[in-house]
Amino acid sequence: MSDHNYIPKSKFGKWFNDRLPLLSLASHLTDYPTPKNLNYWWTFGGILTFCLITQIITGLTLAMHYIAHADMAFESVEHIMRDVNYGWLIRYIHANGASMFFLAVYIHIFRSLFYGSYKSPREIIWIIGIIIYLLMMAAAFMGYVLPWGQMSFWGATVITNLFSAIPLVGEGIVTWLWGGYSVDNPTLTRFFTLHYLIPFLILGLVVLHIWALHVPGNNNPVGIDIKKPSKDTVPFHPYIVIKDGFALLMFMIVFAFFVFYTPNILGHADNYIEADPLVTPAHIVPEWYLLPFYAILRSIPDKLLGVVAMLSAILILAALPWLDTSKIRSAVFRPLYKQFYWILVADVLILGYVGAMPAEGLYLLVARVATAYYFLHFLIILPVLGFKEKTLPIPLSITDPVLGGSPNLVTAKNKESLNQ
Amino acid sequence: MFFGVAHNSIAAEKVEYLKTDWSFKGLFGKFDRGALQRGYQVYTEVCSSCHSMKYVSYRNLAEKGGPEFTEEQAKAIAASFEINDGPNADGEMFDRPGKLSDKFAMPYENTKAAQAANGGAYPPDMSVLVKARSGGANYIYSLLQGYEDPPIGTVLDEGVHYNKYMYGNKIKMANPLSDGLVEYADGTESTVEQMSKDITTFLMWAAEPHLEARHQMGFKAIVYLIILTILVYFSMKRIWSRVETEV
Repeated sequence: MSDHNYIPKSKFGKWFNDRLPLLSLASHLTDYPTPKNLNYWWTFGGILTFCLITQIITGLTLAMHYIAHADMAFESVEHIMRDVNYGWLIRYIHANGASMFFLAVYIHIFRSLFYGSYKSPREIIWIIGIIIYLLMMAAAFMGYVLPWGQMSFWGATVITNLFSAIPLVGEGIVTWLWGGYSVDNPTLTRFFTLHYLIPFLILGLVVLHIWALHVPGNNNPVGIDIKKPSKDTVPFHPYIVIKDGFALLMFMIVFAFFVFYTPNILGHADNYIEADPLVTPAHIVPEWYLLPFYAILRSIPDKLLGVVAMLSAILILAALPWLDTSKIRSAVFRPLYKQFYWILVADVLILGYVGAMPAEGLYLLVARVATAYYFLHFLIILPVLGFKEKTLPIPLSITDPVLGGSPNLVTAKNKESLNQ
Repeated sequence: MFFGVAHNSIAAEKVEYLKTDWSFKGLFGKFDRGALQRGYQVYTEVCSSCHSMKYVSYRNLAEKGGPEFTEEQAKAIAASFEINDGPNADGEMFDRPGKLSDKFAMPYENTKAAQAANGGAYPPDMSVLVKARSGGANYIYSLLQGYEDPPIGTVLDEGVHYNKYMYGNKIKMANPLSDGLVEYADGTESTVEQMSKDITTFLMWAAEPHLEARHQMGFKAIVYLIILTILVYFSMKRIWSRVETEV
């Protein structure tokens, strides 16, 4: 894993490191050669790690006071808000932390899309990332159920009912998920258990995600392979540590603003009404970060096909390294892809907007067009673009503005030796 | 943020709510102590005959950041209510005067009793009511002043009232306020507008009892973060000056 052999100075250090190479690992992490041209869009990996740890710590604290029971959950949340010391702070950090986590993950994903970070040799990093994203959605959905408000209850009812679309066994699966014939106490207790478990699965996958990253090293805004270490790289510490820290602090200011001044703006007012199985809210809307997928689900008239479309919209991302046929990674050198990239960003924002609106009239039409375009982008535009697009010349290295490089290190080296 | 604003506007597109200068808004927003005490008076004399506040305790009335009654006042308030307690050593339930540690006395035994007494409509618990309505404080404030005669052609069932701010305009609650209904202990004139403002402030506090602490801590936290960010920015510049790349 390490690029060089680290030998601890002290005798004990050497003895320990021979048995468990933790010091070698620490040395690898500090010296890890990082492209020096990484921009601020690359700081979101660190920010996401912060988000995960914040959610785990606040979540553990909340779990000490929360009661996972249909008759007591809502009251226990009010107990946290009123009587637990700084309970309001911990809960607001946790609730808004979920939104901040998704904000950061969307930026992280779209950064990867822009700079082609998912391409060879980083496919495994990308796929692990998609699995993390799926688990995040599951954790966020189940977490939203725990306060046992109206949106919790009806959101859980709507989402679990999606499984009934599966032919033959659908109804049975839904009953099995609920642990009964409706969303009730057994549903709440299992959601609590899974909500507690999933973050630790994510944590494990994050370790794999970073491990897989440290094999080829970071992609960079130019999108070319670079020699490591070289004058194109800087050691992770202190250069990237301080830069990630600076970006994290900026992020924390935004985070703090939500927590202290508008803690409920991202939630739905109905979730402060205790769950009532006999009263359906006027609009059942998921949290903002799930809205684009909700729009895709509702844009298809058939329930089963709607569920298939929604799942495909996420799973299609896993196939992205093979759908994108272009050898050039960074959109900086792909003039056509760059335009389609921004159209995709707009498309997803539009899907999010119509996902919050009633599924009728113009909203429904827009949702259908945007859904069709979403799949068109990945299934037609990207594969064709790789063959048709005339890309711009790319530089040989980050430091040298000499053009004529290649995204692949081996060919870049060959060219370099030819030039010499 | 974008989507939050978007879905709030669905509920708000029907009518524009009345607004007033809420003392608790803004970076340094605090509750108006007088309004909270008057609001408690409105609650206890008017609302509490139908609406419970089951998550609020009498001790909260004396706590910092709330109405800040003195402890003696809060004890006296608590003692003026009968609380059902027990069972005692003989296995009997009994009534006793309220204590600071008690939750607010409930107007009805249970939800069914509340519905039976109110023509089938359950008067919602008021503990978190402000946060449970998408218009928040402005909505409650408007609703209390939104009673008017129904437009010609609108037929109302028995026991249903017209309110221009209510969702669907039909409300089971009769107009609860009228000028001079409450005789304020501090001598403030009790117009409907004044009472609406006071009770809404009180309900905001009930829903967010730590709002003042939150605002104070938020300001300190954000100032601290900004200063730290500036310091880290300069040390970052310093460190990166060794590399000939712009940060």
